[in-house]
Amino acid sequence: MIKVVELYKSFDSKKVLLGVNLEVNRGESMVVIGGSGSGKSVLIKNIIGIMTPDRGSVLIANVDITKIKENELNEVRKKFGMLFQSSALFDSLSVWENVGFGLRQHTKMSDKEIKEISSEKLRMVGLVGIEDLMPSDLSGGMRKRVGLARAIAMNPEILLYDEPTTGIDPIMADVINELIIEMKKKLKVTSIAITHDIVSAYKIADRIAMLYNGEIIEIGTPEEIKNTKNPVVKQFITGSAVGPITV
Amino acid sequence: MFRIFELIGSYVKPFLLEIGGVVLLFMNILRWLVRPPLGLRNILKQLLEVGVRSTTVVLITAVFTGMVLALQSYTGFKRFNAEAFMGTVVALSMTRELGPVLTGIIVAGRAGAAMAAELGTMKVTEQIDALYTMATNPVKYLIVPRFLAGVLMLPALTVLADIIGIVGGYFVGVVILESNPTVYISRTKDYLELSDIYHGLIKASFFGMAISLISCYKGFNAEGGAEGVGKATTGAVVISCMTILISDYFLSAWLF
Repeated sequence: MIKVVELYKSFDSKKVLLGVNLEVNRGESMVVIGGSGSGKSVLIKNIIGIMTPDRGSVLIANVDITKIKENELNEVRKKFGMLFQSSALFDSLSVWENVGFGLRQHTKMSDKEIKEISSEKLRMVGLVGIEDLMPSDLSGGMRKRVGLARAIAMNPEILLYDEPTTGIDPIMADVINELIIEMKKKLKVTSIAITHDIVSAYKIADRIAMLYNGEIIEIGTPEEIKNTKNPVVKQFITGSAVGPITV
Repeated sequence: MFRIFELIGSYVKPFLLEIGGVVLLFMNILRWLVRPPLGLRNILKQLLEVGVRSTTVVLITAVFTGMVLALQSYTGFKRFNAEAFMGTVVALSMTRELGPVLTGIIVAGRAGAAMAAELGTMKVTEQIDALYTMATNPVKYLIVPRFLAGVLMLPALTVLADIIGIVGGYFVGVVILESNPTVYISRTKDYLELSDIYHGLIKASFFGMAISLISCYKGFNAEGGAEGVGKATTGAVVISCMTILISDYFLSAWLF
């Protein structure tokens, strides 16, 4: 479903991605772990085509999105839903307008129909009666859930999660984890999450990949990652300050 | 020797990059402007924001500008018994120069700052990235409506500023300084030509375009959180005002 081949990306003299290879199968939940500044966000932005790589390709359902025109890329993007780290809700729009944004832009539905679908998606993430509130009225956890409702509003085939549990309390983080698992079961989506929250990664992943020094250095099931022999991965998952990773 | 070139380059390069960025954005706007759908809802929202919500401050500025023009020209012209031309000076100054320029500067400070701050905040909080992920081009969705609002509402506000400025001048000239109202009106009508008004409106339209373009460019390229948004907003207002004042001379030389 998603195939990243030899992806390189640098900013001025800072080399961020140095030949990333990653394959995600249809219906699979892939979690990419890595430290802050390891290039996880850059990788996910290349996958959805917000950034253009210096070299390499990103294949979405066998279409190389690095080589297509903008209108073709937009067609591919309609397959995606993305939950941003900061939720990235539009401040000037109400909750239901945020959730129904894609529907308003890409369908001929009336506002009434869009609001109904938005309410349904909000119910799926456990939110009721907040349709007319503004994003500034919501707590961090609620914003994440509204962001998730917006990501699933167009019934995407692929969901991308950028640090889904960062910045919220542990209980709300687990609620988000449960929702991610539920989305996978109910909607049968393929997903990529990037996180440095190991607890969350173990819970939501079918496979975990570790990004370090611009490359994927290990990939495996949560069990395989837990029993890794790789000292870098071991240090990261145990959260130790002592080891090959230096800050 | 090379140091000098290096020094000059360090100043010139960022400037040229900015100019290039603005030109590319302008071409991008033109490309998206003609592509359906029109996005009427967003355009109306911006017409309201840039035009209607700037009306009060434009009117207050214009009325006092007209009044002070009458007062000053009366004082000056009285010295050689030409105070009957007070109405002419007010009308020509307002329509040819002060109407469009003052309206431009007010809109740059009000709506231009708002555009840069809003787009800048959207940029640093990933809202613009979110638009891309939802297959929506931010130039089409965010910038085209603001560009149209600038180009259309600046002339509209300038018409109001011209009228209210002339009314302000009449009030000071006739009511306070007790000039002859018939003479005041006839002197205004005799010397004011239609070309004075529409040349002023062409200028206003250009200023509106410049304000939207510069403010959107600055906001769209903001980086680095709250500080970046602040810098983008300040930059947008300063550069817009400078552009208005500099281009005003060249437009005046070309049009009149």
